[in-house]
Amino acid sequence: MDSSLSRRRFLLHGATGLSAVWISTHWSALLAAADHAHSAAQSTASPKFEFFNPEDAREIEAITARIIPSDETPGAREAGVVYFIDRGLATFAVDDQKTYREGLPELQERVAEMFSGVSKFSALSPGLQDEFLHSFDEQPQDRQRRFRARPGAQNFFETVRQHTIVGFLIDPDYGANRDGAGWKVIGREREHMFRPPFGYYDKDYPGWESAAKLAENK
Amino acid sequence: MTVDQPKYKTSDEVDFVIVGSGAAGGILAKELSTNGFRVVVLEQGPYLTEADFTHNEIEILGQDKLTNHPKLQPTTVRKTPDEKAKPQRALVYGRCVGGTSVHFTANFWRFHEIDFIERSKVGAIAGATLVDWPITYADLEPYYTKVEWEIGVSGQASASPFDPPRSKPYPMPPLPVKSSGVLFERAARKLGWHPFPAPMAILSQPRPGRSACVQCGFCLSFGCEVGAKSSSLVAAIRVAERTGRCEIRPNSYVHRIEVNEAGRATGAVYFDEKRNIHLQKAKAVVVCANGAETPRLLLLSANKQFPNGLANSSGLVGKNLMFNSGGTVTGVYEHPLNDYKGYCVSRVLHDFYELDHAKVGFYGGGGLDARYDFTPISFAFGGIPPETPRWGKDFKATLAHNFTRTMEIFCHGTSLPVENNSFSLDPDLKDAWGLAALRLTYKDHPDDLKLDNWLFQRAHEIHEAAGAVKKWGFPAQEQQFGVHLLGTCRMGIDPKTSVINADHRTHDVKNLFLCDGSSLVTSGRGQPTMTIMALAFRAGERITALAKRGEIGA
Repeated sequence: MDSSLSRRRFLLHGATGLSAVWISTHWSALLAAADHAHSAAQSTASPKFEFFNPEDAREIEAITARIIPSDETPGAREAGVVYFIDRGLATFAVDDQKTYREGLPELQERVAEMFSGVSKFSALSPGLQDEFLHSFDEQPQDRQRRFRARPGAQNFFETVRQHTIVGFLIDPDYGANRDGAGWKVIGREREHMFRPPFGYYDKDYPGWESAAKLAENK
Repeated sequence: MTVDQPKYKTSDEVDFVIVGSGAAGGILAKELSTNGFRVVVLEQGPYLTEADFTHNEIEILGQDKLTNHPKLQPTTVRKTPDEKAKPQRALVYGRCVGGTSVHFTANFWRFHEIDFIERSKVGAIAGATLVDWPITYADLEPYYTKVEWEIGVSGQASASPFDPPRSKPYPMPPLPVKSSGVLFERAARKLGWHPFPAPMAILSQPRPGRSACVQCGFCLSFGCEVGAKSSSLVAAIRVAERTGRCEIRPNSYVHRIEVNEAGRATGAVYFDEKRNIHLQKAKAVVVCANGAETPRLLLLSANKQFPNGLANSSGLVGKNLMFNSGGTVTGVYEHPLNDYKGYCVSRVLHDFYELDHAKVGFYGGGGLDARYDFTPISFAFGGIPPETPRWGKDFKATLAHNFTRTMEIFCHGTSLPVENNSFSLDPDLKDAWGLAALRLTYKDHPDDLKLDNWLFQRAHEIHEAAGAVKKWGFPAQEQQFGVHLLGTCRMGIDPKTSVINADHRTHDVKNLFLCDGSSLVTSGRGQPTMTIMALAFRAGERITALAKRGEIGA
């Protein structure tokens, strides 16, 4: 159980939990990354990567596309999440550069270990990519591991997971989340002013009456 | 800054220097300056206004743009005094002009009669230092009313049969109900309880220079872009500025109260933005720095004359800390609530405000509210069922389905005062200015945890009666983190068992006053800001009377 979940709600969003800590450490990279992804999205020319080489970018994009896959609705790929991550790593986040630089090759080693003759994650079919990524799922200590422990790759995948979620869901007005793809998926209207009725359950609300008054009326 | 303020020289002995511009400091700035005094407010954070506020989750939740910064202001945490505290984030508070009232939920409950006299009513509680307040609800009632009318609070008078008496209705009607509120109201009534429209410090009708709430959906943690949230920034500080007697000095980090040989405060010593040190001279000092920073400032001000810290002859500065207990039970419903639209809380329940101690087997009470306080990113990390896969098709499908169909029930409850629970100075860790960091010592009283679990069961019952398709929560656990920072310089009659008197004057230093969450004697049921503001209005009146009688000047 995530212990942070039962704490006072304000804190959870703002201050506790791995994700918040990560965001907290890397906010400026995230902001810069958002801008970058935004301009990449606006640009008609092929956007250029600043940290990744094209091969690595393909790998990272393929991973983000399994974290939030494209199906009937857009996924991380359509939201341009890889550009968001690239910018973050190119502008700030020295620690995370290391995570990516060491983590990606480790992850690729595990690909080769699981699928002989394959060295790139992106070369696997989506089904095999999912099977591969499930090898990072947390397993009880007593169960025998199928693979060599690779904490670098494990940490790398968790980092990509968090980057992907942030890049997919941040307010498109601040960049990234190309075309508001992430907000379309979760059903958040891209407005900053709303009027009641807000949803299904308040649309037929007759107005406040005290319980005593209601009883009287009966 | 909306009007020209006076620029006082630091050598110019003003009438009052106020440390902190939040819920209490902002109100006191307004009260004292409109009463004719020359006031300087020293605020450690920046001066931001509506034009500076955004919906940028990364900036607000990640950058700590409006709140204390964990890297510049690190803290340590431990459970009991015999442990060595470890570096860990211990608290969040507003660090900008307006303080925590800028980013808070704006739930605005008055305390009830019981909160002031609970010790007399329930008797001694083992392991707790529960005492009565030196004032009663009746003493504070006029100031609650003043808060509601002066800053703008929306609500429905007498909608809750458990409400304490009031001298006037709310100045404006409640905000529109949300789907979460309707589900909550119908379910709670089915169970025989008495839900009511939430009193909120958010405008349902416009006021001069301030818009009514536009339901943008970025409320908790964010500053209001249209001035609808009734922070001290928009509702008090601007009035203070218009007097021409009040200077708000942002980016001013006070780290010592200066005291002369006669044992009287002579001013506040602070770092400016460039870390130059200044002493702002004043005839009296009012500290409103919050329940963590106020005791820290007193402890940092220790000198030969006051070796245990200023105003600390009782030894209670920083002690009896209360966070309020609490937690949420989350539910998912069949149809979209779209609760991401609008402010957080539209319905509240006070049926359990005062539980029968003998019957339930523990001390305490609380209130429940129906809410949605997620933003898209925080929802993805904290709003989905715990067993949801962390990535992939099902993760995405859960986000897509649940974001609009989720609501929470927040259980707010009492914390018992426990002497060991405290903020103190860490002996090793320093902040970015080289000052001793805050050290939190906190272990919930067992009754607080029992109360939490009891309230969680009620929240489950409401979700059940409302027809939730799915619901989940977690058992209560000990807190190591707070946003309600209460009780650390408690008010009382006896200088041996309290830090300030009922006028907010410290027992030890006659021209030093404290007013903020630290003044509270009991925790209330989870919504302290309303009471902090009411105390500040009252303190403004008491301090003014003392000053006019010539009983303050050094």
